[in-house]
Amino acid sequence: MAIEIEQQPSAVGLSKVAASETHGEDSPYFAGWKAYDEDPYDEHSNPSGVVQMGLAENQVSFDLLEDYLEKNSEASSWGSKEEVSSFRENALFQDYHGLQSFRKAMASFMEKIRGGRAKFDPERVVLTAGATAANELLTFILADPGDALLVPTPYYPGFDRDLRWRTGVKIVPIHCDSSNDFQITPKALEAAYNAAEAKNIKVRGVLITNPSNPLGATIQRAVLEEILDFVTRKNIHLVSDEIYSGSVFSSSEFISIAEVLAAQNYKKAERVHIVYSLSKDLGLPGFRVGTIYSYNDKVVTTARRMSSFTLISSQTQHLLAAMLSDKKFTENYIKTNRERLRKRYEMIIEGLRSAGIECLKGNAGLFCWMNLSPLLEKATREGELALWNSILHEVKLNISPGSSCHCSEPGWFRVCFANMSEQTLEVALKRIHNFMEQQRELKEMMIT
Amino acid sequence: MRLIVPLQGVVQGRGGLILGSLIPCALFYFFQLYVKRHRSPKSGSNHISPSQSSPNLAELQRSSSRSNLSSRGSIGRVQVSSRASSIAKPNDSPYYIGLDKVSEDAYDRFDNPDGVIQLGLSENRLCFDLIEKWFSENLKDSVIGSDGGDLSISGIAAYQPLDGLMELKVAMAGFMSQVMGPAVSFDPLQMVLTCGATPAIEILCFCLADPGNAFLVPTPYYSGFDRDVRWRTGVELIPVHCRNTDNFIISITSLDQAFNQARKRGVKVRGILLSNPGNPVGNLLPRETLDDILYFSQEKNIHIILDEIYAGSVYGTEEHVSMAELLDSDDIDKTRIHMVYGLSKDLALPGFRVGVIYSFNDTVLVAAKRLARFSSISAPTQRLLTSMLSDTRFTLTYINTSKKRIRKMHDLFVAGLKQLGIECATSSAGFYCWANMSKLIPSYSEKGELELWEMLLNIGKINVTPGSAFHCIEPGWFRCCFTTLSEEDIPIVIEGIRKVAETCKSSS
Repeated sequence: MAIEIEQQPSAVGLSKVAASETHGEDSPYFAGWKAYDEDPYDEHSNPSGVVQMGLAENQVSFDLLEDYLEKNSEASSWGSKEEVSSFRENALFQDYHGLQSFRKAMASFMEKIRGGRAKFDPERVVLTAGATAANELLTFILADPGDALLVPTPYYPGFDRDLRWRTGVKIVPIHCDSSNDFQITPKALEAAYNAAEAKNIKVRGVLITNPSNPLGATIQRAVLEEILDFVTRKNIHLVSDEIYSGSVFSSSEFISIAEVLAAQNYKKAERVHIVYSLSKDLGLPGFRVGTIYSYNDKVVTTARRMSSFTLISSQTQHLLAAMLSDKKFTENYIKTNRERLRKRYEMIIEGLRSAGIECLKGNAGLFCWMNLSPLLEKATREGELALWNSILHEVKLNISPGSSCHCSEPGWFRVCFANMSEQTLEVALKRIHNFMEQQRELKEMMIT
Repeated sequence: MRLIVPLQGVVQGRGGLILGSLIPCALFYFFQLYVKRHRSPKSGSNHISPSQSSPNLAELQRSSSRSNLSSRGSIGRVQVSSRASSIAKPNDSPYYIGLDKVSEDAYDRFDNPDGVIQLGLSENRLCFDLIEKWFSENLKDSVIGSDGGDLSISGIAAYQPLDGLMELKVAMAGFMSQVMGPAVSFDPLQMVLTCGATPAIEILCFCLADPGNAFLVPTPYYSGFDRDVRWRTGVELIPVHCRNTDNFIISITSLDQAFNQARKRGVKVRGILLSNPGNPVGNLLPRETLDDILYFSQEKNIHIILDEIYAGSVYGTEEHVSMAELLDSDDIDKTRIHMVYGLSKDLALPGFRVGVIYSFNDTVLVAAKRLARFSSISAPTQRLLTSMLSDTRFTLTYINTSKKRIRKMHDLFVAGLKQLGIECATSSAGFYCWANMSKLIPSYSEKGELELWEMLLNIGKINVTPGSAFHCIEPGWFRCCFTTLSEEDIPIVIEGIRKVAETCKSSS
């Protein structure tokens, strides 16, 4: 399963970073993708192939984007004479502050997603080539090598790489479990902090994802307040990765940390930083558009300068500035996208339920958190991986095992539903149905 | 925590002194360690610096958080990392101060004839008409067509290989071949694309060196290297000084000296960082020098990073020898050679952020490909540039025309400086000339150079970059970029310098 890299008998040495395995590409999370790449499902040409349910990509609302671009093609090209001089400026523009029009557009888009319940200042928006870069950049700024960030489990497997690889920073898990729907508790926060201290590791901050990946659920206001309290008492930072904020099925259910700060008059704001991106909500991961929004002046300045390593193409900024500033478009997009995601979610939940599988109650994101623990032969990580393996190779579905998300309880799986057509989803659900039937029959046979 | 210098003397020295020096040093070292460990995290040094960022930041948010902190007492301001602290400091480099001055008071022939003329930005604005023409002829439809297929939104919106689209790599390989001469061909499979040459260099440093290691770099060098190589990697840059007498070409003797000195200090040198064509001098490394450096790197078992970003902007009669050319021979270990390229200079598209890592080392390629996820090029831009670079007729015309126009400006500018008695180093490439104004500086020192720079800025109304910003060891040299000017501006620039020269003469 590991990706073999033949170590060259190169006389000249390389760095530890180059040789490190922290890129994590040998984990099952990525190995499943390999199986998909080798045998991808296609409705017509390969109906028995592997269905990719491990990629959190949003393809349900492309038509809205295409529609906009068709109607507003001047915004995306420089064909007209009037645009010629602006093209010149644009192609030469490499200021790490980013296009002001684009920063304004991002700030206003982020406000719309939160139903106007929070205000964002374009001067605090720092642009990066994707949220991957934003999270890494913040880690460089908030922590020194050897320090740690506390991250609640289960978490996005990419964090192991993005937060740790080049930065030399550690992740100390905040353990959450199903007894309270995996919510973060003050007890768990303290336990994680103490565990770090016991190892003489300096904790620099807490990083939460809200809505959560892989749980597909928003964090409640009371919990956010507790976390904010905790980081204030410990005098550490709080990073809130809100990359799925536009993918909450019902607008009223998402509380951003920005709202909590506003309600408290921004008293504790200087330690809070929000990460956002257009990869999930707008389904544009190829564009590489991410942002850091920080309430801390020093972090904004430093992040801006460091963003030199990860600037967004001025052409892309220009292209998207018009689109994101379009009130009519963004309001309609956000509303419609939410609706469609909700419908998909309901479809998959219903499908799984009729197959006898329960999921965590979710209200956001591009995936659901499925409980297959009743199927495990052994309630261990190995048992979970064995099950994952058979689902990958027999059922031909690539889903993500909870262990790759560092979940403390074996048997949970993340299943993505927005990166495919409805037909494909039905095919996948059917396969799961059959699989569960087989499992039931097997059990019955064993009993009799 | 700073290394105790006296130990160096002890290492070289006489045994009897060891105990006398070592013990107090060791004690001091451990004392510092103790203090650091037991310092309360809450009372850590307060980095309460007034905001250096935009003055538009919401006043309400800042003032309310400050007043509340003081009332709370013991909890200090939350700290950022030590990495960040050094980066957050205000920019006191003349390079940045000059740029600010220009943006505050930019020269305009009609609207602001007394403004400051920009000669500090190494950008080529001489050939934009060609690029604009290409766009208006080739991009009637938007980059993101809605007619399905590859150009549709779903084609470029989805996740792409994070080290660049293969089509762009193929087009780039072709372009690089065009630029670096027919003798060289580039394999797209050995390429990693990044959003600019800046991350390309940083990624290579992360792959080739550990924190505390060092790269040797000939001076004067592009000041951006201080950031690209050092900021986040923890890698050191050791300057190897070059002089006018050698036309600022590096010598193996000085490389060797620097290497040994580093070793004595206990610093491991992992490689050499070169720019060819050079910035700020604009000189080309002769074939023999490149050969010697290759041999040197083999001997010491270190890497070479070669930044060839100006390779397509060679206007002189000298030949640019790309490192790739020299690697045809079998007895050279190619795994130590890595090249950086980009479209910010030769194709004048810095805003689009396109950089290239080209390496012959498979392990480096694998690691760099993975690290490229933090610095990927936006997909629509990749599509756009694939189109442009694949139009080889256009690129050839562009490169040739650009060279001619740069040459013209160069000759006019250098002639103008000559009239004032100011000589320039021999440069065959780039967008600038390296002018020797040492006769004008009040004192032959960095201080004198900076004083002259300020006079040029405030009296001469021109923004040029002083040699100290490039770590030049000889005071008095200035980089003057002329590709952001039009021909009519040159006499005005010369006049500005003449004014300053008069002022210097009258005061001396």
